Amino acid sequence: MKHRALLIVAGLVGAATLAASLSVAAAGTSRPASHATPTKSAAIAPPAVPNAAAIKAKYKGQSIQFVGDGAVGNSHVRDQKLVARFQKDTGIKVNLVPHPAASDASYSQLARAFSSKSSKPDVMMLDVTWPGAFAPYLVNLKPALGKAAKQHAQGIVQNDTIGGKLIAMPWFGDFGILYYRTDLLKKYGYNKPPTTWNQLFSMAKKIQDGEQKTNKNFYGFVFQGSAYEGLTCDALEWVASAGGGHFIDGGKVTINNSKAATILDAMRNQIGKITPRGVTSYNEDGARIPFDNGDAAFMRNWPYAYSLSQATGSAVKGKFAVTVLPHGAAGPSVGTVGGWQLGVSKYSKHKGAATELVRYLTSPGVQKFDAIFNTNVPTIPAVARIKAVVKANPYLTPAIANVARVTRPSKYLKASYNEGSKDIYQGISQILNGTPAKNVLPSISSKLQRLVK
Amino acid sequence: MSTVATPAPTPGRRRRKSRLQRRQARLGWLLLLPALAVVAFVAIYPLGKTVYQSFTNQEFLAGIEPTKWVGLQNYRDLWHDTIFRQSVWETVKFTLITVSFEFVLGMIIALVVNSNFKGRGAMRAAMLVPWAIPTVVAAQMWKWMFDDVFGVINDAGVRLHILHHSVAWISQPSTALAAVSAVDIWKTTPFVALLLLAGLQVIPRDLYEAADVDGASKWQQFWRITLPLLRPAILVTLIFRTLDALRVFDVFYVFYGNRPDTQTMAIYAQSTIVSDGHVGYGSAISVAIFLIIGLFVVIYVTFMRVTEE
Repeated sequence: MKHRALLIVAGLVGAATLAASLSVAAAGTSRPASHATPTKSAAIAPPAVPNAAAIKAKYKGQSIQFVGDGAVGNSHVRDQKLVARFQKDTGIKVNLVPHPAASDASYSQLARAFSSKSSKPDVMMLDVTWPGAFAPYLVNLKPALGKAAKQHAQGIVQNDTIGGKLIAMPWFGDFGILYYRTDLLKKYGYNKPPTTWNQLFSMAKKIQDGEQKTNKNFYGFVFQGSAYEGLTCDALEWVASAGGGHFIDGGKVTINNSKAATILDAMRNQIGKITPRGVTSYNEDGARIPFDNGDAAFMRNWPYAYSLSQATGSAVKGKFAVTVLPHGAAGPSVGTVGGWQLGVSKYSKHKGAATELVRYLTSPGVQKFDAIFNTNVPTIPAVARIKAVVKANPYLTPAIANVARVTRPSKYLKASYNEGSKDIYQGISQILNGTPAKNVLPSISSKLQRLVK
Repeated sequence: MSTVATPAPTPGRRRRKSRLQRRQARLGWLLLLPALAVVAFVAIYPLGKTVYQSFTNQEFLAGIEPTKWVGLQNYRDLWHDTIFRQSVWETVKFTLITVSFEFVLGMIIALVVNSNFKGRGAMRAAMLVPWAIPTVVAAQMWKWMFDDVFGVINDAGVRLHILHHSVAWISQPSTALAAVSAVDIWKTTPFVALLLLAGLQVIPRDLYEAADVDGASKWQQFWRITLPLLRPAILVTLIFRTLDALRVFDVFYVFYGNRPDTQTMAIYAQSTIVSDGHVGYGSAISVAIFLIIGLFVVIYVTFMRVTEE
């Protein structure tokens, strides 16, 4: 009797645990680098490796290890397809290893490999903020790929150039954009999206006041407000778009200025008014879920959210569009650069073969394939203009894609970037949670000062 | 880990051990050797290494600065580190709140399931459900339940007119600690109840019968019989829970990430070592955590010494 009850309960516990872990996995709170959106993917195949015969003659039979995208979702499938094609065409054996899902886990994995001078991995994915930290351990790709790099967006190439050396090649990009509800704008008498933050605030207020009569959970604006890397990205957009600089400019810490304080205080004053109070604990998906439920008029997010919000099951399918983020009183619209690079380890035993893999993966053909197969933003502007690519990624229309891109200060902080970014997002988090900016910015500034050498 | 089966010589009788005794002692040590080797490898070596590193300026990425011995510098910095001080205070508050709630609730549950009623077996098993769910998963579920836009707690609260309007439990600094404590209490109370239940079951029934005969009320029986005899179980439970609560990482990490006002000691150590890459300073933090936890154990053992008569 007792045993049967126990068995039933054990079964229930197991089922509950399983269901819970599945729902968490499905919510996928990781960064957009590894999102799963298998749309129209079957139609396109990886391109052939250019100049394959010459590469084959030189490096055939060599074996290299490539740490690619996370194991979950379409990105890993893309890696597998590309690697298979490269192996077939060149005879170089590539051992594909997915990187850990959490960005800081992959960072420390690479840091370990580099500090122990390990000859593996040969080729690795690098977040846009890492080149400064890892530059001493990476091969200068300028002699081999300098010419190819000229095709890529120069902002990203500069980010990957440390001390005159091209230590990584841009692979795919990311930048912050504004999502807005076309149906609601029309309903409340607006014929175009906001261009300034003040416009966004007042539009959000009006729409929210109207919608809350029928939907108590409706809010005007959602973004990434939790204390994590995403907040550094969002805050950089606010500050730069108000003419307040980029936290660190030309090696000098600039975050403590009145323009930055004004826009940050303006944001603080909107928390709990046109945003949910809980926005200060939202990450990418934390913002996307209410937007997809139809509970928000505006959202700041990365392009990855586009295909998910447009998917069946989303309440806003066909009811939203994207545009550049608004700007402040004295600045342009900007988008924070995200995305991934490919580098070759200094300790690799097959640098030549590894460089050829990087050349192939960052080529226009592969970028086109990736943009259509996996809706990643190409880093080659010419690829971003191809019709089929724009069709798969509507945020690549010139008006949006040409927005000024701003980079986080990893170039100046180098190996201290993570620590500096933590100082920034922890300080901004304090501001959003109620402390006036003038009480916080001096302390962020002095902490950053300590890290800039 | 350390109950050696060798017969301990009673004080005052300092006679030489017999040959058999000595041989048995030798055999005892021999049999213990593999276990000791494992402990040395997985516990003592890492601990020793951490202590050693805490006296250096080691960085995660070698080559930034050559690693060298810096003496007590890390500890001097730690003493003046206001973020660390705040994380200690935050963790201690969390520990006091959760352990006292878990203890009181766990005790009530243990007393209930220890009494005789229909479906007791099912009840005992069912109460373990929260304990069986991995913390990270449970924390993520609770995070959604606490959400001010789509969370079920606000929805139910507003519908039942308990709440006037939706509350951002996690985001507001004033409710943040209470929210995270609720998850821990929900999850770990069953564990406390289980440990106390085990203690309750070894108390002989006839003591209560005798008390009944003597006319003691149930209340008196609880204070005079149950509680004193439960003391060893209580001590073990409190030490377990306090240690766990002081090392808390997962719930806070899922709820708040690196939010400055809700960092626990463990989160501060982790972010210092893994994301900032300061292995030396992070090791000093880890050693400090070790000492703080040790202090709590000493306090418990002194105030609740188990008399072994």
